[in-house]
Amino acid sequence: MYKTDIYESMLAETITLQGFNGDMINAYFARPLGPGPFPGMVLVHHMPGWDEWYKEITCRFARQGYATLSPNLYFRAGHGTPEDVAAKVRAAGGVPDDQVVGDLAGATRFLRSLPTSNGKVGIFGTCSGGRHAYLAACRVQIFDALVDCWGGRVVMKDEDLSPTQPVAPLSYTKDLACPLLGLFGEEDQSPTPEQVAIHEQELKRYGKQYEFHMYPGAGHGFFYHQRPMYRQEQAVDGWNKVFAFLETHLKQA
Amino acid sequence: MCTMIAQQVKIDGCGKGASGWFTLREADVSYDHPFNAPFEHALNIDFVNEVQGPGARVAVELSVEAARTLVETIQAVLTRAEAGGYIEKEATA
Repeated sequence: MYKTDIYESMLAETITLQGFNGDMINAYFARPLGPGPFPGMVLVHHMPGWDEWYKEITCRFARQGYATLSPNLYFRAGHGTPEDVAAKVRAAGGVPDDQVVGDLAGATRFLRSLPTSNGKVGIFGTCSGGRHAYLAACRVQIFDALVDCWGGRVVMKDEDLSPTQPVAPLSYTKDLACPLLGLFGEEDQSPTPEQVAIHEQELKRYGKQYEFHMYPGAGHGFFYHQRPMYRQEQAVDGWNKVFAFLETHLKQA
Repeated sequence: MCTMIAQQVKIDGCGKGASGWFTLREADVSYDHPFNAPFEHALNIDFVNEVQGPGARVAVELSVEAARTLVETIQAVLTRAEAGGYIEKEATA
């Protein structure tokens, strides 16, 4: 628990790391200073891109004691304002799932290589980033905890599959090898409560360790304080659940 | 990308972006999360020139009702222009 006489320090900067196919991409990296050991967190940005909100929460996780990386999954689309780059990616139908998984695996390797690492790395994502986080944790068993915040299109119909998203993440559920925390809003349109229920059934079917929380009075993106969808009470409770979950699985385990 | 509903169309025209006027080559139309409009989803149109990079972009984010009204209005204006013979004149000018 934080007390006011504790000395705090952290460093936040842009770095480059090796992602999918050996490509170099950039990432925002915030970490507590000191010898550690510190657990790591990979943050998976949402459809609006590698934006200010993700930079803010990268620092937030670092303040909580995590060496935290938010890789720029849209790096290959070129550079400009986060919105302009994200709009370009949106028009292209998103970034390929395989590429994202490779980039997130690269970020994880980077965190594990740090001399201050405690050997554990978690992954967190919201919106499309929640989907990508779930997909990555199922496809590469290198994570120790997974937080999926309202990740849409985990459950996909056949007609929703595309060249960039050829397989529904739900199909990989049997391969999930770490505990999962899922936060969702009852009024969300993607994922709907019905889709979350299907997801939960699959987790139960394979005996996975998970906890899902469905918030009344909240829709999509209820953590986003800069958007009308922000829901203060649900967001505060959700953040508390995120950090309690990570404390258990990345710091105490 | 939460809906993945996006289509691109080739266009001719000009748009005024953050750095002034530029030639438009494509319009990207999507129904997905907007960046700024206060809706969970919006009809987004990005008028762009891909060759000039991500910054060559004029963006609008519309409510569904506004988007439908805009489509009807564009069609109505073009119909009037056609009826008045302006479009042919333009093409042969």
